[in-house]
Amino acid sequence: MTAANLVQLLYLVATGLFIMSLRWMSDPETARKGVFSGVAAMALAVAGTLAGVTITGGTHYWWILAAFIAGAAVGYPLAQVPLTAVPQRTALSHAFGGLAAGLVGAGKFFLYYGQRNESNLGPTIVIALVLEILLGFLTFTGSLLAAGKLQEIKWIPQRPVTYPLQNVINLGLFAAALALGVALVLNPLAGWAPVAFMLIVALSLAFGVLLILPIGGADMPTVISILNAYAGLSAVAMGFVLNNKLLITAGALDGSSGLILSIIMCKAMNRSFTNVLFGAFGQTQQAAAGGEAKSYKSDTVESAAQVMAQADLVVIVPGYGMAVAQAQHRVRELYDQLKKRGVTVKFAIHPVAGRMPGHMNVLLAEAEIPYDDLVEMDEINGDLPQADVALIIGANDVVNPAARADKTSPIYGMPIIDADKARTVYAIKRSKNPGFAGIENELYYLDKTFMLFGDAKAVVGELARNLAEAGNH
Amino acid sequence: MIDLGTTTLAILAQGAGESASHGPLDFMGALFVFMLATFIGLMAIQKVSRLLHTPLMSLTNAISAIAVVGAIIVAAGKDAPVYVTALGLVAIFCSTTNIVSGFLITDRMLKMFKKREGAAK
Repeated sequence: MTAANLVQLLYLVATGLFIMSLRWMSDPETARKGVFSGVAAMALAVAGTLAGVTITGGTHYWWILAAFIAGAAVGYPLAQVPLTAVPQRTALSHAFGGLAAGLVGAGKFFLYYGQRNESNLGPTIVIALVLEILLGFLTFTGSLLAAGKLQEIKWIPQRPVTYPLQNVINLGLFAAALALGVALVLNPLAGWAPVAFMLIVALSLAFGVLLILPIGGADMPTVISILNAYAGLSAVAMGFVLNNKLLITAGALDGSSGLILSIIMCKAMNRSFTNVLFGAFGQTQQAAAGGEAKSYKSDTVESAAQVMAQADLVVIVPGYGMAVAQAQHRVRELYDQLKKRGVTVKFAIHPVAGRMPGHMNVLLAEAEIPYDDLVEMDEINGDLPQADVALIIGANDVVNPAARADKTSPIYGMPIIDADKARTVYAIKRSKNPGFAGIENELYYLDKTFMLFGDAKAVVGELARNLAEAGNH
Repeated sequence: MIDLGTTTLAILAQGAGESASHGPLDFMGALFVFMLATFIGLMAIQKVSRLLHTPLMSLTNAISAIAVVGAIIVAAGKDAPVYVTALGLVAIFCSTTNIVSGFLITDRMLKMFKKREGAAK
């Protein structure tokens, strides 16, 4: 067996381990094995690559070691962020992934260009290089902007930013980058090739920003998933450039994961990819909002606690508001108090609740709520007509009945959690303003609905305390 | 699914054996590998419990940091100009950040998912 084959063998085992890693994620029981197998695969990949470059005469090992150490030093604290900050951490790491792919592509291009070796810059390689650059750098700036929006950095606009001819300008930029790409494929060694290459880089960086600017908070789960797919695809393109099948397989696994999550998110909002990317959600509904002033009924925490104490089934619907208020631990207290009284408590999880796929599950798991009680939308909807109480904690659009009936509503057709079918609805809301997407919620005006205004953490804490005190009589 | 996985692995093995780590591109072979890996990915991901979508994303984040392979190849290149080496080193830094934070936070999250007490028995 030659040394080069040994490297390939290591890569092969790594590929198998990556596949198993994803398979083990199918069940929470085996999922941690998945992490272990992923780590093993990555270790083999790095070891194989280091062996490979040594065989062909590598250098700069101390610098490489230094880069590893610096990366680990930054990566470690990034893994310790509070779980409410996981969406922005994820976006940030997509940005790092995109940047890495883009830089490797740029490095390879200038290396090949400097060697003036035509066989290294054949059409397929240059096509792959252009795609790698395009995807890598647009993922970089797009994800940075998404992370900024999620972190709610002050100078970054939260609301979708729209301007005239937005889509025309975006598509124009994209077309310009593609045209430059074609020119580069045809003349990879021309004197102007480096300039064209840098222009493609600049256009990709700009395109990433422009793509994410018009996208608002409610669409973040979809956008993060799409950026996830792009980061994977840029690794695939790198695999084509370097003729490295490990890069292609691992990148494809990541890409398909991003793709599936995007599709799930889009379905859960009844929207298409193009609609998310070019639709500028959150701007269109101003017209609908200015109708007649309807009035809420609000209630006291004490009476809400009493009603819940007498219930058989309480369904809690968490949303982004729970994450913002960091209310998950108070929710756990409420859960415990209700359980103690023999009340069945279930959590209804909408696929797009929160700011990234699965966001609510992680927060509730952090509060040590058993995952058996976290129920997907389709399953819980059958139970809601039997529920005595639906308690909405910081969720809004995902329980808006307008999605079922009101054809003029921007969320019409979106599958929702049927909270309005419960006997009584309590909704905890920070203020009387409409939710992130700016859409009025009919649920709040129903006869059976009572509002509990206030910070989610405080209100849920009060509810739990009321129940605890009532139990001591 | 498992059967398909094994067969495909065999095909991947064949593909991987054919070329050294950095030989000329076998474009069609690479395209085959890409398509098969995508299908495996799609099928494996479809089975992932919705409970775990956030950890799934941070795990695939770490996996896509496989870009570190390309970064090492670029950074370790012997006759490369300094700025090319520098690009490779920065790329190693970025990928390592993702590897370390991606795997650690995935494990941290997964540790929190617990069954109802007694439900397991």
